This record gives sequence, structure tokens and C-alpha cells, in this order.
Amino acid sequence: MTRKTFENEIQQVKDDVLLLGSLVEHAIIGSVEALKKRDLKAAEKIIAEDVAINKKRFEIENQLMILIATQQPMAHDLRLLASTMEIISELERMGDYAKGIANINIRMGEDTLLKPLIDIPRMAQKGADMLHRALTAFVNEDVELANSIPAEDDEVDALYNQIYRELMVFIIEDPKNIERANWLLWVSHNLERVADRVTNICERTIFIATGEMREIKDSDDEFWHAQKK
Amino acid sequence: MENNNNHYSIETKDLSIHYGRFTAVRNVNLKVEKQKITAIIGPSGCGKSTLLRAFNRMNDFVSGSSVTGEIFLHGRNLYSKHVDPVEVRRKIGMVFQKPNPFPKSIYENIAWGARINGFKGKVDELVENSLRSAALWDEVKDKLQESAYALSGGQQQRLCIARAIAVQPEIILMDEPASALDPISTLRVEELLQELKKNYTILIVTHNMQQAARASDFTAMMMIDDQRAGGVIEFDDTKKIFTRPTDKRTEDYVTGRFG
Ligand SMILES: Nc1ncnc2c1ncn2[C@@H]1O[C@H](COP(=O)(O)OP(=O)(O)OP(=O)(O)O)[C@@H](O)[C@H]1O
Ligand SMILES: [Mg+2]
Repeated sequence: MTRKTFENEIQQVKDDVLLLGSLVEHAIIGSVEALKKRDLKAAEKIIAEDVAINKKRFEIENQLMILIATQQPMAHDLRLLASTMEIISELERMGDYAKGIANINIRMGEDTLLKPLIDIPRMAQKGADMLHRALTAFVNEDVELANSIPAEDDEVDALYNQIYRELMVFIIEDPKNIERANWLLWVSHNLERVADRVTNICERTIFIATGEMREIKDSDDEFWHAQKK
Repeated sequence: MENNNNHYSIETKDLSIHYGRFTAVRNVNLKVEKQKITAIIGPSGCGKSTLLRAFNRMNDFVSGSSVTGEIFLHGRNLYSKHVDPVEVRRKIGMVFQKPNPFPKSIYENIAWGARINGFKGKVDELVENSLRSAALWDEVKDKLQESAYALSGGQQQRLCIARAIAVQPEIILMDEPASALDPISTLRVEELLQELKKNYTILIVTHNMQQAARASDFTAMMMIDDQRAGGVIEFDDTKKIFTRPTDKRTEDYVTGRFG
């Protein structure tokens, strides 16, 4: 192998992406956990930790830029470095969704939850789990795995639709519920977006491995289709 | 070479090139598009220069060298008895890796070649236009009578390009034209190539992957087989070769993992 140093640096970047990914996973699960318990201290902590996520992302971005400038990547290397740039920005945005959920928790102040949270933690768990496996597919450049994950977004969409309908019922029953229903709607919308971004990571992974750029699933439309029915 | 309706400037059919009993290039089937830049890349010794030299019959000068298969220039067989190699070299200019100006003035370097090729027009104009095309005019316009050897390496290389253009060839072959140039001169030559391709077909051999990726439209990847004969293993749009090549060996070569 003529490019041992470069190979090692690529491995280092992949390890860092995994680290960033695990911070994001924790933030997603943690933000919903804090909401469920209405634990404002925990929510503050999530917000503070988002700074570390952003910092890590810039660190990786900088490292990628140095590699592009010094190693002049071509073909697979080029696809990997360029796509990783994209993937870390997806991860940072997913971190922002977690931070958004923590913010909602804080802004709810003294309000109690409209209902005990069951499906929302499920959505968070599912999203974090998809993310975890998407990043495994990324580091191993496992096309099969990357191809299989986006279909699971249907489960997340189904949960989202269910939560949406449930909250509508609360609102119709008593318009005084609007504000508290709205908080939870935001939360579930954030979680729905998490799963969409996992799909993007899977698409990039397939591009890295095969050079083929294709959309596996356009999940943005599905919510609206479901609402029309 | 009057048949200019052909889409391709050069087309080879099962072209093999031999030095004595050694086959240096085997079975190349290449189509070089008109007014495009085609890069030839591949490891040292894979036959890039050999192939390039076959296109203007420079191999004729190497004793023991022979060609099998066919090369068509605008549809006309290059090695047919009716083709005059001198005429071929006028239509197909070549720029070598090392600048090789004549030991004459800057002016004469361009005028002399054109004159012996039967140029009958206004020589001053020809000199100026050729130097302008090669992006050298401003640097030398006040010292045209000075020796070409007084120019820097990069200027000499551009002078050789001007000299090649002056005889108004149809095709320009370049064998690592920028390998001895500084980065700025290199970029100048690359910019020049983009200008030149409006009128000429250009074939360029380069070891600089970034240069091939930046400057060419098509790329031919060459590699030797188990008998050390070189061949084209992949030919495609340059964009494709450098972002998602088909052949694993091309991938290894362009990403620097060869050997
Ligand atoms: N005049 C010659 N006589 C005999 N063999 C030759 C001659 N010129 C080249 N060869 C052989 O032909 C093969 C191809 O050489 P060529 O110069 O075409 O390679 P190349 O791809 O241009 O290499 P480089 O990148 O180093 O310039 C080599 O094995 C070389 O030794
Ligand atoms: Mg050579």
C-alpha cells in the first residue's frame, strides 16, 4: 500500500464521525427523556452539550479540508471526503433537533405534559437506532445495510401520523389544549426530521461505495400523503 | 487528410507498436474526438510516449520500430504508402517534455519552421499571432531578436508551443508539456490548452493527475500486461475517470495506490 499515512488519516476521520454520531444519539434520546420527566436541568445540559457537537463537527470539517488540500483525493477518496463533509453537517443538524426539543421543554415552563409520552420516546429510540446503524454502514461502506435502513423511516412516519391525529383529537375536544398539543407536535416533527436525515446519510454512503448518486426515498412527501387520506 | 467530415481526429484499430521483437503497445482501439483535449495517463513505461509518437510517425526515426494495425487521421490511413510523413508532421505538431527551441532568435524559432513548411503570408503577423496564442507575446515582444536560449524554461516551453501552432497543425501532441514548469507557468499552459482546443485537437500525456482532471475532456488510462506490453485499459469522460472509474486498476492509479 502506497498511501499508509493517508489511509490512517481517513480511519481517524471515520472514528471521529462515529464519535460525533454517538454524541448526537445521546442528545436525541436524552432530550426526549428529559421532556418525559420534565427535567429542566437535564434539558439545560442537552443545550450546553450541543456546543460540543458543533465544535466536533468543525474539527472534522477542518481535518477534511486539510486532507483535500494536502492529499488531492481522487475517485473513491474524493467521494469519501466530500460525502463525509455532507454527513457531518447532517449530524450537526440532527443535534440541533435535539437541542430544539430541550428548548421546548424549557419554554413549557410550569405547563404539564398534555399526555404521558409513549410514542414520542419510541420515535426517538427508533431514530437513534437508525442513525447508529447508518453510521455503521458508513464506516464499513456497507451498501446492503445502507440500502435497508431508509425503509424503516415508514415506522417513524407512522408514529408521527399517529401522534398527529391523537393531538388533533385533544385540540378538537378542548381548544385550551392547543398550546400544549403544539409543543408536542413540534417535538415529534423534530424527531421525524431526524429519520429523514438518516436517509441522507445512507444515500451518501451508497455514493461513497458505488459512485452512484440516487435518492432512496423521498420521505418528505409521506406525511402530507397520509394527511390527505 | 482532406476528409474533415469525420467526427474523430484520430482513430486506431488494433494498433500495436513494436521495438524489434518487443511489443511496447498492444491492441489499442482509441477514438480521439475533434477539438477536444484527450489525456493519456498511466505508470512509467506503459507506452504513452510510444503511442503519441506513432500519431505523427516520429517512431519512423527509431530503427527496428514497426507498427501493426491501423491509425486513421480524419478517416485516412496514416501508414498508407501514399501518405508523406513530412506532411503528417506538419499537420500534427508535437511539444516535447523538455523545451527544445532551435538555437536561433525567438523570432526565427517561429518564422523558420513556418517558412520551411511553405508559409507565404506575412511572417511578422504570424510570429505575433503565434506568440499571442501561446500567451508569450507580452513577455517577449521587445526582444524578438534575442536568442531563444535566453528565455526561462517555462517561456521556452511556451515558445515551443507557439512554434507548433505557427505551422497551423490540425492536431497537437504534447508529451508532459508542463513537467518542468513552475505552478504558474503550468496553469498558463493549461489555460492555453483551453484556448487552443477551439481550433485544434489536443492529446496530452501527463503524470500530473490534477492536470489531467482539470485540463482534459477525455482520459485514456494505460497499463502494461503480463508481457510488459502497454494497452488502454479504460477510456472515458475525464470527469468519470477521476470520480468513479470502472476499472479497479484505474481507481488504484488515480488514487495513488498503484504498485
Ligand atoms: N527507442 C526504443 N527502443 C526500444 N524500446 C523502447 C524505445 N522507446 C521506448 N521503449 C520501451 O517501450 C516501453 C514504453 O516506453 P514509453 O517511453 O512509451 O513509456 P511511457 O509510458 O512514455 O513512460 P514514461 O511515463 O516514463 O515517459 C518501455 O518498456 C520502453 O523501455
Ligand atoms: Mg514518456
